[in-house]
Amino acid sequence: MRHLGRKVIEEKLPDITDFARIYQGVEPLKEPVPVQPTAHYAMGGIPTNVNSEVVRDDKGTVVPGLFAAGECACVSVHGANRLGTNSLVDLLVFGRRAGRQMARYAGQVERPLPIADALEPVRAELEAIRGREPGGESVSVIRKELQDVMMDNVGVYRDATVLTVALNKVNELRSRYGKVSIADCGSVFNTELLEAQELGYLLDIALVTVTSALARTESRGAHSREDYPERDDKKWLKHTLAYQGKDGPNLRYKQVSITRFEPKPRTY
Amino acid sequence: MEVTLRILRYDPEQDVAMGAPAAPAARTTSAAGSPVRGPHWVEYKVSVDPMDRVLDLLIKVKADQDGSLSFRRSCGHGICGSDAMLINGRNRLACRIRVDQLGKKISVAPLPGLPVVKDLIVDMNGFFGKYRSVKPYLINDQPEPERERRQSPADRTIYDDTTKCILCAACTSSCPSFWARPEYVGPAAIVQAHRFIFDSRDEGSDERLEILADENGVWRCRTIFNCVDACPRGINITRAILEVSSAIVGRRG
Repeated sequence: MRHLGRKVIEEKLPDITDFARIYQGVEPLKEPVPVQPTAHYAMGGIPTNVNSEVVRDDKGTVVPGLFAAGECACVSVHGANRLGTNSLVDLLVFGRRAGRQMARYAGQVERPLPIADALEPVRAELEAIRGREPGGESVSVIRKELQDVMMDNVGVYRDATVLTVALNKVNELRSRYGKVSIADCGSVFNTELLEAQELGYLLDIALVTVTSALARTESRGAHSREDYPERDDKKWLKHTLAYQGKDGPNLRYKQVSITRFEPKPRTY
Repeated sequence: MEVTLRILRYDPEQDVAMGAPAAPAARTTSAAGSPVRGPHWVEYKVSVDPMDRVLDLLIKVKADQDGSLSFRRSCGHGICGSDAMLINGRNRLACRIRVDQLGKKISVAPLPGLPVVKDLIVDMNGFFGKYRSVKPYLINDQPEPERERRQSPADRTIYDDTTKCILCAACTSSCPSFWARPEYVGPAAIVQAHRFIFDSRDEGSDERLEILADENGVWRCRTIFNCVDACPRGINITRAILEVSSAIVGRRG
């Protein structure tokens, strides 16, 4: 950044300068800032339409009263690689559209009935973790192993071999997760219980990510299969939809609607 | 290296509340006969890298030593404002202060002046209530223009400093005027009001200045500058407060 000069750095890049100083102990006015790859965004997500309503299938069937916007959602504006600062679109455009659609929905729906049997499974899930004898599997250990295998094997460059290793590891972690236990049995602000529950969801998402990456035998955007280096529009110009199955996710696919921008190779 | 980390622990389901007027007997024994504690210091030895932040240490203790240790954290990089706490006697964001800036003995306690919910988690409801009381949003009843409401760089500069606030509460909970009088709206709410009062696109200045001219408004500031020391975003909070005070005086004059 040094070539930019003090004025530009301090006026236009205050946050990144601050990060370099605090987290790397580097002075960006004088020294180069170290750069390394990291997972900084989760592509894909809960499928929604342009009004941020969650859809359940390839026909765009809306799940009534359920909305998603932001990084958790997938409206599919990013293609296979979300580019820098474009997640603002999710927030500013689709957050706003979600709000408007919710207002419309709330204005026309009679009285949204809570799903009668929605509470019990969640309560049972939490109580199972909370009620387990201490000394079982550790949340932080499983989470660390999950982070390591996803970082090492499920990054941008992957192939069938490393993905298969990841698949086996995630499945192993999922079975160990069934024995996870915690120290905090309290009912006030129990962040340990929350983290334990979140770990279960992380394992679900990891399994979906690995399974769909393994199935997609082509390279596209940030999914770069070293054993299938070319983009294959004939077979793979489609979105992956993952459904919960008995032995892992069942994959289905949804057609891509292409309007102004055709997919093309990134050659710069 | 190894550091000694002292954390002020409090579990509302196990311990006596801070400042609770417990009967003398209840201070030493519970109904079951076991000793009853108030908030209490617990010491942990943690093996760290000097570049680790206090947040890393807390995460390590929670992972390896005591899973029940409770604290808020989200982005981990000084943007979300969740992990403000009292670190070695000063209000800091745990994710922005490193071991090498603190030394081998580190003490961590919840933000002062706010009710403790559990361990390092404080009740922020009062704080956010004061934030809402200053109407921290754009007030402009003019019809929406076709495109955005434009503003010159010079006009934007006037309130640039106060746009940086992340509502971590480090300033308000470091303020002796707030400790002495919890009704005081506090530095953070004034900073947020400043951000809109001096925005050329906003038309709500009068109502905000009216709110802040109240006996629990800006006049409670005694220019102690604790807030400036505490602010992780480097906002010159005392100056912002004085600018709002001047605006109130100017309006009346």
